[in-house]
Amino acid sequence: MTALFDNLRDLYQEVILDHGRKPRHFRRLDNATRTARGDNPMCGDRMELFLALAEDGHIEDATFQGRGCAISIASASLMTDTIAGRTQAEAREMSEKFRTLAMTGTCPACEGALAEAMERLTPLSGVHEFPSRVKCATLAWHTLNAALDGGTKEASSE
Amino acid sequence: MDGHLAPRLDLAKIRADFPILSEKIRGKDFTFLDSGASAQKPRQVIQAMVTMMETAYANVHRGAYQMSERATEAYEASRIAVQHFLHAGDAREIIFTKSSTEAINLVAHGYGRGVMKPGQAVVISEMEHHANIVPWQMLRDSHGIELRVARITDAGELDMDDLAAKLADGKVGLVAVTHMSNVLGTVTPAERIAKLAHAHGARVLFDGSQAAVHRRVDVQALDADFYVFTGHKLYGPTGIGVLYGKAEVLESMTPFLGGGDMISEVTFERSVWAPIPGKFEAGTPPIIEAIGLHAAIDYVNAIGMAAIEAHERALVDHAMAKLAQIEGLTLLGHAQDRGGVFAFSIDTAHAHDIATLLDRAGLALRSGRHCAEPLHARFGVDSTCRASFGLYTTPEEVDVLAEALVQARDFFR
Repeated sequence: MTALFDNLRDLYQEVILDHGRKPRHFRRLDNATRTARGDNPMCGDRMELFLALAEDGHIEDATFQGRGCAISIASASLMTDTIAGRTQAEAREMSEKFRTLAMTGTCPACEGALAEAMERLTPLSGVHEFPSRVKCATLAWHTLNAALDGGTKEASSE
Repeated sequence: MDGHLAPRLDLAKIRADFPILSEKIRGKDFTFLDSGASAQKPRQVIQAMVTMMETAYANVHRGAYQMSERATEAYEASRIAVQHFLHAGDAREIIFTKSSTEAINLVAHGYGRGVMKPGQAVVISEMEHHANIVPWQMLRDSHGIELRVARITDAGELDMDDLAAKLADGKVGLVAVTHMSNVLGTVTPAERIAKLAHAHGARVLFDGSQAAVHRRVDVQALDADFYVFTGHKLYGPTGIGVLYGKAEVLESMTPFLGGGDMISEVTFERSVWAPIPGKFEAGTPPIIEAIGLHAAIDYVNAIGMAAIEAHERALVDHAMAKLAQIEGLTLLGHAQDRGGVFAFSIDTAHAHDIATLLDRAGLALRSGRHCAEPLHARFGVDSTCRASFGLYTTPEEVDVLAEALVQARDFFR
């Protein structure tokens, strides 16, 4: 790691680089109950999110496809990993908490319920020091909100 | 300094004129490579505006008092400075706007709506900035003017055969193209384009936002009907743009903004337009900004556009050589005639990730689509990084850029 890029490990932690290069759940979902597209027009990040909801409404499976920067891809990868098996209410709560995490770097409300899930998202907390990249990190969660709201809406971090 | 790359400019002296270039970015040197988005300002420009506000400011064109006369004189002197900068025949052919974007909108309104007829067409190119696309789309949607897009080659040059084909039916009223691409660096053959347009009964508008900064422009030699550029890219302040238009064309156009100063007589029944340039300068103009633009023009003229051009050609050659050595870097655009703008992608990472890394090293580059989405789509790329040069850019900065790109590429490998 060169001194040229000091403190970049705050943002580009190994976890992020790993999820960015080899995103999890990176595929279409043919039996998707809900889908939504997300787009960051400013920088060209774009994604499509697929959710399979069970009878009782909980998220059985979440996958995505898309193109974009390492932050947006890693965020989507970590998100689909952590919301699988959760209820929609839990996913929405995580979405709110993640927004705080991405914008401030901390998440007081992250203790308690869903603490373990949010812990897995903390590698992205470094993005708060890079204001122009916050939208890259939150794109996946905005898209998730759109998908949960009813399915085929276009979301944007704008 | 590198021996074989003899600087034509005294870069140390020039850089000392730009206070912001000595700012530190997280303790590192500020390597500013985004002049194409907006240029930095020399002390001379900053001081001229401050001095004006301290000694010669009042509203223009209306006061029967000395301070207003001072301000008016300064404002009109700016207009004359721009006239000479573009080598226009008459100062009345210089309209001050707030930006290039506003200038193009003015033409779309005054010429597109005011003079052209439904069924006629406007031709733009695939490499235009959104400012030279959207106003024509709006014209199409509101006034039934057809919008045609002339293709570019894979090298990023205007396909002149395709342009000729799109002009062939005689329906084109205006050709609106860039004089220098803000993404590809391509300098278009403006004289040839103008001749071709005129031969088919069309007028021509050049977006000179980049070109006017990097090359000498002679609107009479080009026989341009319209030429636009913007002050903030020419080392001047924001909030001041220029539209040059041939007098007889401007006189035939309808005004854009209505209000004070653009009328010679007002009753509630009707108003009579002022003669040009006043007809297109409604309301209090950007007075202080015009003075700043004048100072910027004086600044570049003192160095000499010829010297600036030569400096840039040398930098471009140096940059092309260094960038070609970087494995995994794909440059967008390989025009024969190109200026100091380089848009590229790195195979290991997205443009944003590269730009964030470079920012940490103190380098300022742009990443995204640079207000040219259709152009990026044409080349099948999502987004690119863009490095652009100004008259203060040094060969060493190009070396720093190349080294940082190699390290950034490897960081993501």
